[in-house]
Amino acid sequence: MSGLEIDNISMRFELPNGGAVQALKDVSLDLKKGELLSVLGPSGCGKTTLLNIVAGFLAPTGGEIRLNGGTVSGPSADRGMVFQQGALFEWMSVRDNVGFGPSMKGMPAAEKREKVDHLLDVVGLQDFKEKAVYELSGGMQQRVSLARCLCNEPDVILMDEPLGALDALTREKMQGLVLKLWKETGKTIILITHSVEEALLLGERLLVMAPRPGRIHREYRLPFAELGVGADLREVKKHPDYAKTREEILTMIWDMEEEIMGRSEESA
Amino acid sequence: MGQILSDLGGELFVLFVSIAQALPALVGYIAIILLAMTVWRFIRRQMTPKADYTSLKTVTFGDESAVVSDKAASFISIALIFVIWGAFTGSNWLPGMFHAPGPFVGDSSFVYTVEDANGYQDEATVFVSVFEKGAEVPSQEVAAGTGFAKDDFLAVQAYRSKLILWDKNDETNRSEGAKIVSVDGRAISKDNAVDVGFGRVALTDKGTLNFEPGKGWQMENIWLPAPDSVASRLVSVWAEGYQNVTLAEHLSFSLFRVIVGFFLGALVGIPLGYAMGLSDWFRGWFDPIVEFMRPVPPLALIPLVIIWAGIGEQGKIILLFLAALWIMAIGARSGVSGVKISKVHAAYSLGASKVQILRHVIIPNSLPEIFTAARVAMGVCWGTVVAAELVAAEKGVGKMIVAASKFQDTDIVLMGIILIGIIGFGIDVLMRLAEKWLVPWKGKG
Repeated sequence: MSGLEIDNISMRFELPNGGAVQALKDVSLDLKKGELLSVLGPSGCGKTTLLNIVAGFLAPTGGEIRLNGGTVSGPSADRGMVFQQGALFEWMSVRDNVGFGPSMKGMPAAEKREKVDHLLDVVGLQDFKEKAVYELSGGMQQRVSLARCLCNEPDVILMDEPLGALDALTREKMQGLVLKLWKETGKTIILITHSVEEALLLGERLLVMAPRPGRIHREYRLPFAELGVGADLREVKKHPDYAKTREEILTMIWDMEEEIMGRSEESA
Repeated sequence: MGQILSDLGGELFVLFVSIAQALPALVGYIAIILLAMTVWRFIRRQMTPKADYTSLKTVTFGDESAVVSDKAASFISIALIFVIWGAFTGSNWLPGMFHAPGPFVGDSSFVYTVEDANGYQDEATVFVSVFEKGAEVPSQEVAAGTGFAKDDFLAVQAYRSKLILWDKNDETNRSEGAKIVSVDGRAISKDNAVDVGFGRVALTDKGTLNFEPGKGWQMENIWLPAPDSVASRLVSVWAEGYQNVTLAEHLSFSLFRVIVGFFLGALVGIPLGYAMGLSDWFRGWFDPIVEFMRPVPPLALIPLVIIWAGIGEQGKIILLFLAALWIMAIGARSGVSGVKISKVHAAYSLGASKVQILRHVIIPNSLPEIFTAARVAMGVCWGTVVAAELVAAEKGVGKMIVAASKFQDTDIVLMGIILIGIIGFGIDVLMRLAEKWLVPWKGKG
């Protein structure tokens, strides 16, 4: 089938002190091509671990990941990553960063140039092509990250809190950009976030995970991402269901956090 | 053990005494610094007031960013060194009014009183002529004068001293029981001295007089030559060489050793560091060796290297290779370890192979650390080569100063030290420029 299958993934590893951690337990999920999934959960619920397994940086101890029918066994260009920050190559210009993937594949220079130019236009960095990345602001750097990932035309884009280090205003602008890129490119996207609002706005599907062991707690299908494409995100937030769902999820996560606190107090 | 401790305690005491003696000079120097600061700040306040951002800060004490090196202080500090140097060496570069009192030069006299065996006393005058080193002094005859003690003449070079066999021409002498009881009217006894204004007169064990002309506050050339004599020595050694070797040759030999040794060290050290940063087996294999060799000062290897490779170029280059090797290996290793995992992950997800990741991510990411290590290594190599040349070499700037010190050519020693300092500083400046130019992303990650 075409799409991403997360099939019964478990992750358990031993600690130096003899104990063991069950980071993920029996996580299953199918993602169709072009779906936008946001993943939310209290810290320690294994959402980053899950993303690293999908990316191929970690091997699960149980289950497997299949992309378009083929089993994932390591990192590859069909799954692009966007990190929170610090993943750009500061020894390269903006242009070379964005063209990194095509360069590695040996794409002809003219073709690559055209592609990079186009993507930099899309993310609004047409005036910064020859700049060094460390000369850009945090928001602009994340635009470069997005462009670099898109330039390589992955099937799936994995985002690990891509907007987590940005200030509130820049963050809102970038959320709009993510939605726009999703709609225009039709990519499958998994987005991990700490922010409930962001998860609601950007998640066509929303996964709430629970900790100890990391597992899927609840899944939502939401209309807000579709509504948000090309629209003012603040208008979307006025949608009656938005506040309701947000409260529901916040309560859910608060309960989980309190449970964790309680448990650690018991054991202490 | 107790002996060692008491010896060390004695050394410590001597050290403290020396420090205590140097304290007034130190306090004076600090006073000059503060005085210059006050004066300069006052002058600057009279001039156009600065209105940049820093000048508007009210909290500067403790604000590291508000503390920038004051160029005026640097200038005054360097100028003061030359002024002090010139003042205490009587330099031609400095107007005479700034000179510290020099040694006494010229003619003068003092009077001594002899008492013979019978208790009779008589006075005689010693005419003294103090001449500068290298000056001709016409031998002078002086009239004998009256009484049984006859006048004497004494010519003595500045900074030297001379015995006066006063009884050689007197009508009585020491073997007859005559002795000197006073100089310039002041009583004197054995192992005592009288200050006669232009020098010191001491009575020796054997009853003779020892005259030492006043030294003033200036340093003798052999201790500290004047800056202008160092400069003129630089010119003459540059033109004529020293001991049949030109200065350019001395310097090029030293630089050649440093550059070859450093490059060989980098050539081996950087790949070694990469291997240690990329493979746990290599890290485990070389960690003990590197961690042991790093704290061994390269200078401690000199004897072994001389035994193994002699005092020729090979030995020097081996030494500098070893000096650079560990520093470069550790720099490259930490450069590799310092790469953010997200960069490597991103590169893998963009389809890069291991070789491509090494080439496009790990190597550029480690360059800033490697440059820092290279700066350190060049500094250590430069210090090591000079020290190695001091121990044994045919040519080289270290060899030049150690040869000069044997002939007490202090001006060449000083010139060599200044050149060593300038070249060492120059190397560091060049490395910093290269760093700025080649790794502009340093510290921007």
